[in-house]
Amino acid sequence: MTEPEPAPLLRPVRQVGIAGYGAYIPRYRLPAREVARVWHGGMAGLPVKEKAVAGLDEDVVTMSIEAARNALARADIDPSTIRAVWVGSESHPYAVKPTSTLVAEAIGATPYTQAADWEFACKAGTEAFQAAIGFVGSGMAPHALAIGMDIAQGRPGDALEYTAASGGAAYLLGPAETSLCLIEASLSYATDTPDFWRRAHEKYPEHGERFTGEPAYFKHITEAAEGMLRGMGTRPSDYAYVVFHQPNTKFPQRIGKTLGFKPEQIAPGLLVPLIGNTYAGSALVGLTAVLDVARPGDRILLVSYGSGAGSDAFNLVATERLVEQRGRAPSTQSYIDRRTEIDYATYARFRGKLATT
Amino acid sequence: MTANAPSDPDQAVVVAGVGMTPVGEHWDVSLRQLALRAIERAQQDAGGLQPQALYVGNMFAPALSSQTHLGALIADYIGQRGIEAASFEAAGASGGVAFRQGYLALLSGEVDCVLVVGVEKVTDRTGPLVDAAIAMSVDADFEAVQGLTPAAQAALLMRRYLLESGAPADALAPFPLQAHQHAVTNPYAIYRRAISWTDYRQAAPVSPPVGQLDAAPMADGAAALVLTRRALLPRIDARPPVAVTGSAVATAPVALHDQPDPLAMPAGSLSFQRALAQAGATPDDLDLFELHDLFSIQAALSLEAAGLSPRGQAWKLAGEGVFGREGRLPILTFGGSKARGDAGGATGAYQLVELTLQLQGRAGENQVPGARVGAAQCIGGAGATVATHVLSRMEA
Repeated sequence: MTEPEPAPLLRPVRQVGIAGYGAYIPRYRLPAREVARVWHGGMAGLPVKEKAVAGLDEDVVTMSIEAARNALARADIDPSTIRAVWVGSESHPYAVKPTSTLVAEAIGATPYTQAADWEFACKAGTEAFQAAIGFVGSGMAPHALAIGMDIAQGRPGDALEYTAASGGAAYLLGPAETSLCLIEASLSYATDTPDFWRRAHEKYPEHGERFTGEPAYFKHITEAAEGMLRGMGTRPSDYAYVVFHQPNTKFPQRIGKTLGFKPEQIAPGLLVPLIGNTYAGSALVGLTAVLDVARPGDRILLVSYGSGAGSDAFNLVATERLVEQRGRAPSTQSYIDRRTEIDYATYARFRGKLATT
Repeated sequence: MTANAPSDPDQAVVVAGVGMTPVGEHWDVSLRQLALRAIERAQQDAGGLQPQALYVGNMFAPALSSQTHLGALIADYIGQRGIEAASFEAAGASGGVAFRQGYLALLSGEVDCVLVVGVEKVTDRTGPLVDAAIAMSVDADFEAVQGLTPAAQAALLMRRYLLESGAPADALAPFPLQAHQHAVTNPYAIYRRAISWTDYRQAAPVSPPVGQLDAAPMADGAAALVLTRRALLPRIDARPPVAVTGSAVATAPVALHDQPDPLAMPAGSLSFQRALAQAGATPDDLDLFELHDLFSIQAALSLEAAGLSPRGQAWKLAGEGVFGREGRLPILTFGGSKARGDAGGATGAYQLVELTLQLQGRAGENQVPGARVGAAQCIGGAGATVATHVLSRMEA
């Protein structure tokens, strides 16, 4: 048998890196046992321990601004040099009117900036991230801001309600010379696979039950990750950390094992047991946790997954600047530790699950 | 019935070849492709006999694949344009009913070779759509309209059974435990793992007292058989021919409330007795019995209706190992619906394929030693249609 063709990695003309990054996780936590108590008499396997829930006055705009400000705090740049502000989410507050202009205004990136919202289920954030590589890597812009942020929807009583969480991360991309982390290459793998969707005007998504696993999540992540390894000529052991999209605790652990990664490579970026699945923010906030602890020279593999379906893989290498500048904003762990437990009733009120009219 | 069974062994209706696909989630395979896979294997197994008719057993295609007209559809797809073809629907008994039509066609002398295929594509749809399709087998005007589903029917039957027999809550556990144990060595099974008493007791409720491990998983699959008369059987190897020696379909009211004694499953008794009488066999002659355990209560009711256990006692005999692979009367020898998986209207065809393999000594690790005579019985709804067949090994 001949070796498979090297995957067509995406590389910009000039090298791009992460100039600053920032996480945001709201403080409220709904334990999964609460969902099980209300819907299943306490009898159900729990896919996570608890999930992060946005408060009454939070939405994707406010949370994106929080994360963007953290990213800016870690970078040494003038916000007016940010020539693109892109927010990927499944829960943009408006159907028509960008989240991105609100965020751009709040961080001082207006008016000479590109602003747009991205949508590709749970990989909308890495879509924005990858496009930002192109924007900066082509020389069109000194900096571009990519955000993955969600207040994820799960129908009350549905399996997704255990995990559908709020949070995400912002990444300010810029030239390699001043970056905290280099982006060596990326790769996208997408097919028309209807595993999970939400039609226009619907409040909650639908999903194909177990179909969301094998031919959807596992296939696309495997193809993107293996394509990246082949293209880079790397092996799993070359990476200090690997971060996958994390819809529940089991999936990223299983795909990591299948691909040949060890639990200690996965654990630092595996936040889902404690914050749930933040959809478009899921892989990206896993990466902020890794950047909080990585050492210069550490190689990191990031692979997102979005239903519908596709995966983006990124090959990253931490630089000296990471250690110097990461202390300027709150760590991901500090957001995880900032925890106020709520019951299902409070969750129902916060997330508008009760009919009041 | 009995009068029409051929006395000349050369005219006996025999199974010339069998084939099946694993039961499972065949997301990348369509209904007709699944049927083709099973049919190709069966035709190859039959040494290339040319069928003149194709009978399809299926219950879900109209609801879950928006497809009727399966006879012509599959005949075309398998490269048999022009042959007679039609599909038969009798809920969970569809496969057995289609097989009987093949048997009758051969007895009539109109055709010399029939292809029977049971096929279902369930997993293209999920959740409420599948539940609604499954519920179409109960009485729409009087049961489904009240929200009654087959799982709820099974719950009513199981509750009544436990009450009447004084059996403990976990009395029916031996059936799923045995099914899972047998499926471990069946490469076509959806669940190839054993389960424990603890698993059974801790299983989530489906429709109490029916728990998750009482209910068979509905999944995709196809099983096919080529039927002919013995005189036309190609001599492809030394394996013994398997004859259809008994065939019967019986009916009862679809609505549970129209059955005076719901636990009696009268259509089960009738079809079993007719099939055995036709085969000139007694229950003691059976070396195995492939019954339909869509819910574990159905296994108990099936055995009791057939007279293979005293009323209210089948759970006890099962607990004593009477129906295990090494027991007096093995059942569910490849895992049954619970662990092989239930492919709706294809179930009857799976059972008959498995029974044929047993009688020809081709059941591998699932072999019941020395099996010569066996019965297969599939059930539609809560016993409203029951098809029973007796197959017997002939001298080679």
